[in-house]
Amino acid sequence: MSSLTTGAKIVLECLQREKVEIIFGYPGGVTLPLYDAMYDSPIKHVLVRHEQNAAFAAQGYARATGKVGVCCATSGPGATNLVTGLVDAMMDSIPIVALTGQVTSKLIGSDAFQEADTFGITRSATKHNFLVKNLAELPQAIHEAFHIASTGRPGPVLVDITKDVFQGQAHYAPVSTIHLPGYKVYTEGHAGQIRRAAQMIWEAKRPFVYAGGGIIAADASEELREFVEKIDAPAVCTLMGLGGLPGTHPNFISMPGMHGSYAANMGMTETDVLIALGVRFDDRVTGRLAAFAPHAKVIHVDIDPAEIGKIRTPEIPIVGDVKRVLKKLTAALEETAGEMKGKNATSRAAWWGQIKEWQREHPFVVETSTDEIKPQHLMAEIDRLSGGEAIVTSDVGQHQMWGAQFIRFNHPRLWINSGGLGSMGFGLPSAIGAQFARPDKLVFAIVGDGGFQMSIPELATIANHALPVKIIVMNNGYLGMVRQWQELFYNNRLSSVQLDGFPDPEKLAGAYGFKGRTVESPRELRSALEDAVREPGPYLLNVKVTPFENVYPMVPAGGAINEMVLGAVQPVEA
Amino acid sequence: MLQLISILMENKPGALMRVTGLLTARGYNIESLTVARTVDPQLSRMSIVVDIEPGEAGDKQRMQLIKQINKLINVLQASDLTESPAVRRELALVRVRSTMQNRTAILKEAEIFGARAVDSSVEGFVLEATGDSEKLDEFMDVMRSYGEIEVTRSGLVAVPLEAKKLKLAPPVSKEAEIESTDGVLK
Repeated sequence: MSSLTTGAKIVLECLQREKVEIIFGYPGGVTLPLYDAMYDSPIKHVLVRHEQNAAFAAQGYARATGKVGVCCATSGPGATNLVTGLVDAMMDSIPIVALTGQVTSKLIGSDAFQEADTFGITRSATKHNFLVKNLAELPQAIHEAFHIASTGRPGPVLVDITKDVFQGQAHYAPVSTIHLPGYKVYTEGHAGQIRRAAQMIWEAKRPFVYAGGGIIAADASEELREFVEKIDAPAVCTLMGLGGLPGTHPNFISMPGMHGSYAANMGMTETDVLIALGVRFDDRVTGRLAAFAPHAKVIHVDIDPAEIGKIRTPEIPIVGDVKRVLKKLTAALEETAGEMKGKNATSRAAWWGQIKEWQREHPFVVETSTDEIKPQHLMAEIDRLSGGEAIVTSDVGQHQMWGAQFIRFNHPRLWINSGGLGSMGFGLPSAIGAQFARPDKLVFAIVGDGGFQMSIPELATIANHALPVKIIVMNNGYLGMVRQWQELFYNNRLSSVQLDGFPDPEKLAGAYGFKGRTVESPRELRSALEDAVREPGPYLLNVKVTPFENVYPMVPAGGAINEMVLGAVQPVEA
Repeated sequence: MLQLISILMENKPGALMRVTGLLTARGYNIESLTVARTVDPQLSRMSIVVDIEPGEAGDKQRMQLIKQINKLINVLQASDLTESPAVRRELALVRVRSTMQNRTAILKEAEIFGARAVDSSVEGFVLEATGDSEKLDEFMDVMRSYGEIEVTRSGLVAVPLEAKKLKLAPPVSKEAEIESTDGVLK
């Protein structure tokens, strides 16, 4: 019989069995036994500077690899600080496992020091959560957590472990099976529905592909490309799906939605068959629902049955893993290609003609100026340096939208941003996770001056590990997106959006031991970015851009997506 | 309109919170909720009545709610019994204050409703009544006419008349899962 092992060591045994390489975390009182065990563990622990960033870094790791990201925090404030990162992962279906310490089981409910009801607080922030008060249940809970996080629709799972469980001793026996009778995952897709979908697609005159984050999560980008080429339809990738189809693919017509391309939104409005793949009809994509894809029959593929019909009732619902369903759908299309292909050749050609015309009429315009750096210009330069290959993390706001519009991604898992929750302060810590996951990759953290200042403490983490992250601050001196809305919808009454007192980037980066500078002149922009990329270590580049630039096209809240505001009528001077 | 949901779930700590939390988070109003363990002590049966707007929007809400509840890991099956053949029962305990003069009348009236006295004192009775919710409402109205009443209702419990096949997820081999995934999602 094996010798006795502590609960803390059992946790690490289980993580090793799950092939965890790295944990992002922050220690504290009740996790002392766990951190003591980590001292001897081959699993790398990265000490972040705030627990929220541990969750974001774990997400960055998960989003860049598809593996489960792991973060760790102590009880009470440690756990509550994780919450934003958990909800963020929930909204974007990102697989992470959070381990939190809890006060000794006998003290639960006594308002003990650093006690919080983590289990209760994170109920709605996670796909599932566990409170482990009994050592015998520990290995099962950890393996179940990884299973739940990584299968079906991925998501965050939290395991709250009491201090006495960490300290207790038991004979460790590896868990051989997981039995969650209520956890049903339907992956295959209904064969009859898939056949019907193929028929509907061949019969379509104006087919349109609407692909989302599910393509990335299911590792289905290859299948998506084959499918799109088979039916030769125009395709959009949502903010979460960018890179699902290569950014340079001829069928790719950019992102749809509130700040989507004109062609994407017009295409969505005029299509007769909308093929929705791993998407959830987010309000930022659909605009006013009654006017969304009004002529379309909808085929909706999603692994989560609750997403089907939640917003838009599809004509053909298909519950399944989008990778497997797309394989079958492409095969079904192939089978019937002989009799069906070319059925609507004339309409299809006209449809492509129309799409191209929309693209020509209103492309994304790379604004440039000789005396100021335009944000679009900045993004176009980053696109040039990336060549569709770099990992780009972003914060939330204007820079995120311009990044999505102008930077192309030729592979999945390159564009990493907080889509559903829209958490400011996401860009920098997620870049840490992504760079640890992909040391071979060039990683840009594109952040606004607002979000950057929410994550400044992590400059220390970056410096400690000499992570060569290129931090590009798109600095317009404002909370740009909020300012844009105040300008357009609140009579330009700019209330609490001006960010004065941005620190000197050279001194700031210098204080952490790496290089930084400001660039203001459009003529110097390219070389400044090239210098940043050439630098072997981290780099902080503060790019001063036009303060009053707005993101266009824009669908005003509650508007139909074909009613885009295409550009500024009159630039407003403050 | 009222939607009646029957849930079979694992009898685990926090399972009830998951259901009620979900209802709150998704903006549903709970009319009543009962929960108790089943023949299998590891499982609980929950009956919930939720207030849903009538019409097409409500139908969509109802379907959505069942799907969301079914997503909970501890839930084995959630079914909508609103329009299914089912027996619905509620229990009420009613304390009626009565004068000496109307005691007999109260007992007679209770008999009509199939209710029985479970406690009797000089101040009045405690009556136990079961039935569907409308019948209990009427019973309350009648009792109120005799004097001050105090009521504790159980909330609706229901059993479907046709057994629905229970689909469960099979066990998963951890070894195989770790091997096949190499830590990467399928």
